[in-house]
Amino acid sequence: MDTNGIINIYLYTRYERFWHWLQMLLIVLLLVTGFEVQSYYHLLGFQTAAKIHNFAGITWLISFAFFIFWIFTTGEWKQYIPTTKKIFSVLHYYAHGIFLGEPHPVPKRKNAKHNPLQRLTYLSLAAFLLPVQMTTGFLYWSYNSWDAWGMGYLSLKATAFIHTAGGFGILSFIIIHIYMTTTGHSLFAHIKAMITGWEEVSKETVIEEWEEAKH
Amino acid sequence: MNCMIFQLKRIFLFFFISILLPFFPDYSFASAGGSLHQDNKNQAPGRKMAIQATKSGKKWNTTDHIKHKILHQEFKSGEEVTQACIYCHSEAADQFKKTIHWTWTDLDSDPENLAGKAGFSINNFCISTNMAKDKSCLDCHPGWNSKRETINCLDCHGQNDLDLNEAFTDIQGFLDSADADSLEIAKEIQKDVMDAVSSIGRPTRKNCGSCHFRGGGGDGVKHGDLDSSMAYPNKNLDVHMGTDGQNFQCTRCHTTILHNVSGRIYSTPAATQRKSLIEDDSIPKIMCESCHSNKPHKSENKANDHTDKVACQSCHIPEFARINPTKMWWDWSKAGKKKNGKKYTDYGQWHKPVYKSIKGEFKWEKNVIPEYFWFNGSMKVLTFKDTIDPGKTVEMSRPLGSIENKNSRIFPFKIHKGKTPYDKVNKTMVTPLLSEPEGFWKTLDWDDAIVKGMEAVGQPFSGEFGFADTSYVFPITHMVAPKEKSLSCETCHAKNGRLAKLDGFYMPGRDKFKMLTIGGWSLIAASFAGIFFHALGRFFIKNKKKEC
Repeated sequence: MDTNGIINIYLYTRYERFWHWLQMLLIVLLLVTGFEVQSYYHLLGFQTAAKIHNFAGITWLISFAFFIFWIFTTGEWKQYIPTTKKIFSVLHYYAHGIFLGEPHPVPKRKNAKHNPLQRLTYLSLAAFLLPVQMTTGFLYWSYNSWDAWGMGYLSLKATAFIHTAGGFGILSFIIIHIYMTTTGHSLFAHIKAMITGWEEVSKETVIEEWEEAKH
Repeated sequence: MNCMIFQLKRIFLFFFISILLPFFPDYSFASAGGSLHQDNKNQAPGRKMAIQATKSGKKWNTTDHIKHKILHQEFKSGEEVTQACIYCHSEAADQFKKTIHWTWTDLDSDPENLAGKAGFSINNFCISTNMAKDKSCLDCHPGWNSKRETINCLDCHGQNDLDLNEAFTDIQGFLDSADADSLEIAKEIQKDVMDAVSSIGRPTRKNCGSCHFRGGGGDGVKHGDLDSSMAYPNKNLDVHMGTDGQNFQCTRCHTTILHNVSGRIYSTPAATQRKSLIEDDSIPKIMCESCHSNKPHKSENKANDHTDKVACQSCHIPEFARINPTKMWWDWSKAGKKKNGKKYTDYGQWHKPVYKSIKGEFKWEKNVIPEYFWFNGSMKVLTFKDTIDPGKTVEMSRPLGSIENKNSRIFPFKIHKGKTPYDKVNKTMVTPLLSEPEGFWKTLDWDDAIVKGMEAVGQPFSGEFGFADTSYVFPITHMVAPKEKSLSCETCHAKNGRLAKLDGFYMPGRDKFKMLTIGGWSLIAASFAGIFFHALGRFFIKNKKKEC
């Protein structure tokens, strides 16, 4: 695989890929059933939708704990450290360079899976939107225990509002996220990488030191 | 190092899956539809408990009334029968005369504004008993000959269909004529009476139903969940009282202390405690929770989380009046018309009267969907002393309760609406005299009937009357359907579901956030628009390059 200056690098480990696709499955389930519970459409019926939503939500919560464990024990958390360096060139690339076929200013490497824009996006997802969604979701689910937990002052309406708003945020992310997968050197290159773990990158790419998540 | 990490990951995966697995049955979708044939193990806890609570079977007795000599008499009047009963049951009459079944007044209410049929309460059926002076109302009073003097034990305890009031009138007649044949016939009837008097038991559905099924002057007029179909219901109509099932009598739940039958609803709740029999086996009123507990469903069933806010009845009585129709509308303003100078009755569907000269226009309905309100077990009933606002629908009775009140539950009700006469000047409801010789049913003269009726209750009448829109509510608690027929979540958790009118709280599936909906979908639309134009740009500029 050394043609056209393209090399294969093993970018995503087995657990990472498993986590990604499990999370995708759960989020799709949660979005589909969540918006039905909000009665935006009728698909499975309220009861089934609510049941699946609860199940998927709790499953996600538990599996997310494993992800947090994984990310810290493996040091992968460093991939999410936010940086403003080159963020404007990345933004400029997606707003301009991409149309002209310019190369990505921050290409992927083993120790630098995420470009600065990705880092910011994923960090705000993993550290803000998803926890908010999980917290409000868990509270929503445990509504009947609020009084017993001395949390009777909480409002179900406010909880539902934030949870629904978060749902819209995640849906918006997914739309753009899926579109961005088509911006590799071929339309399905990034998706293929997330399945096999092997990403095709240009041979000449140089990784600057700041980009590396050191072990 | 790498190898270790790989091993670690394997262990993770293993743990991850093994921790998740036990959650599956708990959150599973298997319980979405109720299975008819469940073995004992699979029974909901509330069902298991209730089956245990009721398995004792037949009630037993220490006496056989046929063997009591005191009952071997040639009775000449009802009073004599009661005397015979009291001979053994020495305290029964004193006890009974203190109960609401006898007084027809709610002694817990304000004496200045005494609630109850024989008090100042009114309704939009036959309006008022004129403080028990309108004698036809007393057909249902448990005394002899519609008088409030001597109790008639057999109204509730007699297990024989003989009409004793009629029998005694006949006996008196034949005894008075004094010829041999008449005396012979009198003896015959007295024998029948003796049989009836010896046939005694705990009140059955039929005893209670002789009044409660036909309140308001006919079968199914008042209560939507009590009518003659409940005398011998099947399980489908009432899962507890079904003769093909548990065959509960009314007294199974309406337990009694000193002849006070529990379950009455006026200014105080029928039961103030929500306890199961396991917590307290001497609770005065058997409620759903007494036998089924307050977590009756299987553990994963979300319905268990509803029992603090939603009464069992709300989901388990999907409709009322499922066999016989019930009266939903009574327009007194149309009363008084004649055909060929005569009073008449028109019959409609189900051979139910839809017009009566003496009563006005009626509407009947079957399989009625209840209306739902917060209910703490107490009712506010209007009296003829209360001031009304005729511009609005006058609530002649309404459930009390609110979401803030911890004892309130969402409860199903029948609402009987109508047009009922009121005093235009004094702004009170009026109490026309109906059945008496000078009552409206004879004379069809409103002015005279109202004057006489208001006189009877000692209330002023301005002389000017009109008809106000009125409503009267009945809690629906009988006709509990088998569990397969209970309501689905979607019945209420939907945009225009059954609880659409109850406000003041957020309910998933029913309530949406308007601004968030607009904002949220705008964001989604913008996301799509963004990627669409971005993709378009990539496509065209790439193609252009190729052309060059």
